[in-house]
Amino acid sequence: MSTYAQKKGFGATVWDYLTTVDHKKIAVLYLIAGGFFFVVGGLEAMFIRIQLAVPNSDFVSAGMYNQILTMHGTTMIFLAAMPLLFGFMNAIMPLQIGARDVAFPFINALGFWLFFFGGVFLNLSWFLGGAPDAGWTSYASLSLASEGHGIDFYLLGLQISGAGTLMGGINFLVTIINMRAPGMTYMRMPLFTWTTFVASALILFAFPPLTVGIFLLMFDRLFGSNFFVTAAGGNTIIWEHLFWIFGHPEVYILVLPAFGIFSEIIPVFSRKRLFGYSSMVFATVLIGFLGFMVWAHHMFTVGLGPIANAIFAVATMAIAVPTGIKIFNWLFTMWGGSIKFTTPMYYAVAFIPSFLMGGVTGVMLASAAADYQYHDTYFVVAHFHYVIVGGVVFAILAGTAFYWPKMFGTMLNETLGKITFWLFFIGFHLTFFIQHFLGLWGMPRRIFTFLEGQGLETGNFVSTVGAFFMAAATVVLVINIIITTVKNEKVGNDPWGDGRTLEWAIPSPPPFYNFKQLPLVRGLDPLWIEKMEGKKGMTPAEPLGDIHMPNASFIPFVISFGLFVAAFGAMYRLDYGWGLPVLIIGLLITFGSMFLRSVKDDHGFHIHKEELIDEDDKGVKA
Amino acid sequence: MHAEEKMTLEKWPASPEKQTLEAKNKFLGFWLFLGGETVLFASLFATYLALKDKVPGPDHALAKDLFEIPLAFLMTMILLTSSLTSVYAMYHMKNFEFKKMQLWLGITVILGFGFLALEIYEFYHYVHHYGHTFTSSAFGSAFYTLVGFHGAHVAFGLAWIITLMVRNAKRGLSLYNAPKFYVASLYWHFIDVVWVFIFSVVYLMGMVG
Repeated sequence: MSTYAQKKGFGATVWDYLTTVDHKKIAVLYLIAGGFFFVVGGLEAMFIRIQLAVPNSDFVSAGMYNQILTMHGTTMIFLAAMPLLFGFMNAIMPLQIGARDVAFPFINALGFWLFFFGGVFLNLSWFLGGAPDAGWTSYASLSLASEGHGIDFYLLGLQISGAGTLMGGINFLVTIINMRAPGMTYMRMPLFTWTTFVASALILFAFPPLTVGIFLLMFDRLFGSNFFVTAAGGNTIIWEHLFWIFGHPEVYILVLPAFGIFSEIIPVFSRKRLFGYSSMVFATVLIGFLGFMVWAHHMFTVGLGPIANAIFAVATMAIAVPTGIKIFNWLFTMWGGSIKFTTPMYYAVAFIPSFLMGGVTGVMLASAAADYQYHDTYFVVAHFHYVIVGGVVFAILAGTAFYWPKMFGTMLNETLGKITFWLFFIGFHLTFFIQHFLGLWGMPRRIFTFLEGQGLETGNFVSTVGAFFMAAATVVLVINIIITTVKNEKVGNDPWGDGRTLEWAIPSPPPFYNFKQLPLVRGLDPLWIEKMEGKKGMTPAEPLGDIHMPNASFIPFVISFGLFVAAFGAMYRLDYGWGLPVLIIGLLITFGSMFLRSVKDDHGFHIHKEELIDEDDKGVKA
Repeated sequence: MHAEEKMTLEKWPASPEKQTLEAKNKFLGFWLFLGGETVLFASLFATYLALKDKVPGPDHALAKDLFEIPLAFLMTMILLTSSLTSVYAMYHMKNFEFKKMQLWLGITVILGFGFLALEIYEFYHYVHHYGHTFTSSAFGSAFYTLVGFHGAHVAFGLAWIITLMVRNAKRGLSLYNAPKFYVASLYWHFIDVVWVFIFSVVYLMGMVG
């Protein structure tokens, strides 16, 4: 007798997702919300490229262009790339370490809803008087001069969603440290788990400086303080430091999980264990460590002096070493393997040269003296799109194809997947390769138009054509998802046939308690080891027993909603009389529901052994 | 061991704060959270040091005009003592002496309120006698933000400890609430450590240079 297997109505399903604390459902929420914001940010990118397709274009005004480019960057980093990666971390990491849930299921849900309401708040700026327009870096001198409430939307929205991200990071760290299955030692953890671990540590130490920076700027804009007001003794460089102390590790927060996804895909489709596993782990940790020592390479032209510039330049170049280790390890994993070219593998193979190009321009930019030429040109734009799109977006697309069957129990269409790949791959290089040269020819970044006869027409037009290829790729992906979902052909535990890690040892999608019995891990790539010994699945590490699970809760939604309300109050406090009461009401909702959570005992519930045995019987019949 | 189980002195384990998986997770997660908080305060300290004595004109009060040792010393002593009393509370928690734990937590709370009252007096004093406000200069903004963030942490800690004391007043200790008391006391110690840095960096360094 199990109640959870019953078919549910639409309302019940919505309520289920609003209150869920199950990491797999939260993963789906992250994918939906992150996917939505990815499309929004993509549309903004299209508007940018349409505006720049021809010289002297008036498709959008200069002011509107600033808003679009600010929102494109902010949305893609905070609301698309990170949540999509969080989706995969939530969906896969607990399965990879053989855990039944994450360490803090409630906080996991809270983290999602904070991100969601922060993102919605930020995007409401489009309808409420204009979006932020000071760039995603929102330098203080620009943002203090920005009129209207655009920057306030940026500050409050990111503050709310940043709190969610921090909670997510702590949750993943504790999960990985405390909840590994018997035998899953650190040096047996899959690379995606390792990169999740290091990225979470980066989140823990990188987000607080952003929190502080945002607080200071918010105080300056809304509460009359003078942190960045030079006339009152303030200093705008403080914002730049705080922002980049966060901002540079953020790059690694994004790209390390992307490395992790490829480090899972390449061994599976090369049917070979990952080459140099220990050095991969070492490189991951080292990149995370060095990631904190290079922030001032974003500020070479500020005038910190030759000594500071030299130190940060050398530290930046040093990161190329562990990254190079990784590149070679991926190549050597494929070397001599029996390679299967599936959609995820296409992305993995394409990722290596694409990302490498971003790395090479990174070393160029790290040369402080040369950076004075590249600074604030399209060369920089080309560089970071090669790393973020060539690394992170490729990984997200690859991960979508690779993990879709595990998350939803059905395979995405391979033909359509490969069409998406080719369109995206060609479009990506078409868009961004030429931008290196546009930058070297003198085109500044963040410029809303350019004149005829300066030699920039062809390059910009080619770039715009490329953008349309990527848009087409996204449309094909959406069609693929719709077709697959309608067909819904169920697959088994290990749909790719060559799964090596624990997530492929359980049904797709997994039952809500993941593992009926915790598996016994006997080495790296535990499922592969069992397969090689002729066994069908994992050996259990414990007898069948009751399973303790957390209760669903609506409180995470309410806590986040309270902050969403309070943000409106804080923003309109100076304009309207209702601002202050709304601020107070919002905070009361948040703290009240935190209080409620605190005083109401929640012991979770147990699934009884008998129910689990029933499930087994059903499995036999089906 | 189940968290809800009714406890007796005989059954009470040596480390009641980390007996269940949930408790272990809470314990570790809170330590990590404090790691993040450390970076948060480090950022605020860095901002304060960059903006110390940065004022728009010569008639604005500087650090050496504002701070007085006796008040800052008294506040430091009160907060340090409250950290000691919370250690006593945890000692009694480990010995399954609920009433004594509540008593010492109560003393901790009273000292915390004493600290907050002095801080409010201090701010009031600066605003009314020196015109040193949140908006008067970059120095003022940085000072009130750093010290005020700490004060807000103290206030939150007080609300937290009081909530725990009231909620559990009638039901005594269990393996479910022991970790809750324990992390609240960890938080209290952390606030104390931050204050030691504020005392040194803001007050002592403010008076010598």
